[in-house]
Amino acid sequence: MTRNLRLPRLEHAGIDAWLVRLFDEVDEANMPWLTALMRRCEAMFASTLIDMVPSYTTLLVHYDPLVLSSHEARRYLESALRDLVPDDESGSAEVKELSVWYDDSVGPELKRLECVSGLSRDQVIEVHCAREYRVFALGFAPGFAFMGRVDERLAVPRLDTPRQRVPAGSVAVTGRQTAAYPRQSPGGWNLIGRTPARLFDRHRDGFSLLRVGDRVRFVSVDRVEFERLGGDTTPVEERS
Amino acid sequence: MTAPIDVVCGLRVEKAGPLALLQDAGRFGVRRLGVTQGGPADLHAWAWANHLLDNPWGAPVLEITLGGLELIAEHDMTLALCGADLEATLDDKPWLSWQVVSVTQGQRLRFGSARSGARAYLAVAGGFLAEPVLGSVACVSREGLGGHDGHGRSLAMADRLHIDRSCQASSRERYVGRRAPGKERIDYREPARLRLIPGAQISEFSGVSLFAAFNRPWHVDSRADRMGVRLKGPPLRCRLSTMISEGIPLGAVQVPPDGQPIVLLNDRQTIGGYPRLGTLTPLACARLAQCLPEQEVWLVAETPQHAQEEYRRFRLRFDVTAVPGAASHR
Repeated sequence: MTRNLRLPRLEHAGIDAWLVRLFDEVDEANMPWLTALMRRCEAMFASTLIDMVPSYTTLLVHYDPLVLSSHEARRYLESALRDLVPDDESGSAEVKELSVWYDDSVGPELKRLECVSGLSRDQVIEVHCAREYRVFALGFAPGFAFMGRVDERLAVPRLDTPRQRVPAGSVAVTGRQTAAYPRQSPGGWNLIGRTPARLFDRHRDGFSLLRVGDRVRFVSVDRVEFERLGGDTTPVEERS
Repeated sequence: MTAPIDVVCGLRVEKAGPLALLQDAGRFGVRRLGVTQGGPADLHAWAWANHLLDNPWGAPVLEITLGGLELIAEHDMTLALCGADLEATLDDKPWLSWQVVSVTQGQRLRFGSARSGARAYLAVAGGFLAEPVLGSVACVSREGLGGHDGHGRSLAMADRLHIDRSCQASSRERYVGRRAPGKERIDYREPARLRLIPGAQISEFSGVSLFAAFNRPWHVDSRADRMGVRLKGPPLRCRLSTMISEGIPLGAVQVPPDGQPIVLLNDRQTIGGYPRLGTLTPLACARLAQCLPEQEVWLVAETPQHAQEEYRRFRLRFDVTAVPGAASHR
C-alpha cells in the first residue's frame, strides 16, 4: 500500500478556510493520509487552527482569519503537504470493537438483507462482522461515524421513507457503508441491530468513541450479554 | 473582571415564543466529531448587543426568533437589544432596538411579531451565565447541546436566565442610553446584497445558470432556519448531481438537483454532498439570517482578499485590545 499522493488541490472555502482535495475516490487507504495531514496541520497552524473536517477524500481546514491571510494559510498547507507520508499502519493502531445484538426487534431490516443477499440470517451477521471497517467521516450528528466498506452482498439502498425516530445505538447499513446512531434521530438507513456502546458522551475525554481513520469491527452478542453491557432492548417502533 | 461573580436569576420566562436560544460565538474545535458550530445566526447584531455593554467578544446573548416571548425581570439589570424589530416593549412602552436600557425588578419585556428582520439579540451586562458544553454555550437544538440548560433547548415557560449581579449597578450610569451608530442599524426590509466568494464546484454549472445566479433576484423561501435558508428563483443546472461528502463551511451555497440554492448557516450538518457555487461571507450570512420569506436577495461575487479585509475591520471594532489570536475566537 505504498502509493504516492497525487498533486492535492487547494480550493477556497470562504474567508477562513481551505478545502484540501487529496483523492477522487472513496478508499480505506485514503484515511492514513488524511490523519497524517491533520497531525501536520495541528503542528503547523498551532493556535491559529480553528477546526478541521476530514471526510472520505478531503480535509477542510479552518484557520483564524484575524491572524492569517488566505495566502499565508495556503502556504502553511503547502508545506504541510510537502513530503507527506501516511500514518504508520504497522499493527500499533488498535481496532475498536462494537458489540451488537442482531435481532429483528432492534434490526427490522435484517430480513431485507437476507432477501437481497440470498444469505441466511447467520451468514448476514457473519458477513457484517467479518470485515474490519474504516471510519471515513463523522457527520450527520455528533459522533455518527460513516464506516466502510461493507461487503457488496450486503449493499442495499436507503429506505424509501426514512424513520422519524431511529433509537440510539441502532446499527445500520446503506450501500457499502455501515454506521451506528449515537442518539435518537430521524434516519433512512437499514437497521440490523443495536450496540450498547455510548458513541457520544459529553463527559468523556474526547467526546466521541469513534474518530476519522479509526479501524472498527462489529462483534455479535446475544440478548443476555447485550443487556449486561447496558443495552436498551426497547423494540424499534413501527414506521408510520 | 475584579469583583467575584454574583450569580442571580435575571429573567424568568412568562410566555415562550417560537424560538429563543442562548448563543456565544460558537462551538469550535470539535467539528471533526460531527459537532456543528452553532452561534449567532446574525453575527453583526449579536456583536453590537455585546459591544454596547462592553461585554467581551463571545459573551452569551439571547437570540430571539420572530418574537412571541415574554420575560419578567427578577433583578435590576442593564440590557442591550439589537437586530430585528420584533415590536419589543418594556411594561407596554415601545423599546427600540440598537440601544441600552435599564430594567428594574418586576418589569415585563414583551416581544410581538417581526416587523423588520427575523432575529433580535438581547444582551445583559456581563453576559448571560450558563455552563459551557464541549467548550461553548452555543445552543444547537438538533444536537441537544448548549443553551441555558446545556441540552440545547429553546426557552420554555418558567425557564430562568442567570446573570452576574455585580455587573449591573455599575453599568447603569455608564451605558444607559448608549446606541449603535445609524449606519449599523440595518433596515432589514431592503433587498439584501449577499457577497459570495466563488469556488467549490462553480465551474460545473452551466453558463446560463451562472449568469442567472448573479444577475437575477432571488427570493427567500419559507423553508429557512438555523441550518440553512433556501432561495427561490430560476433553477440552476449543474453537471454534477451528488458528490462524495465533504466538509461544509459556514455560508456554503449548495445546489441540490432541484436547482434551488440552499445557503448553509450555523447549525448545518458538518459534511454534505451537493455541488456548491461558493461561500457567502460571514457578514452576508448575518444579513441573510434577518431576511423573512419572500424577501429579495442578490448574490454578488467577491474576492477572498476583500472579504477577509471586511471581516477584519468588523472584528477589530469589537476587540478593543490588540488581537490576541485564536483565543478570542473560540
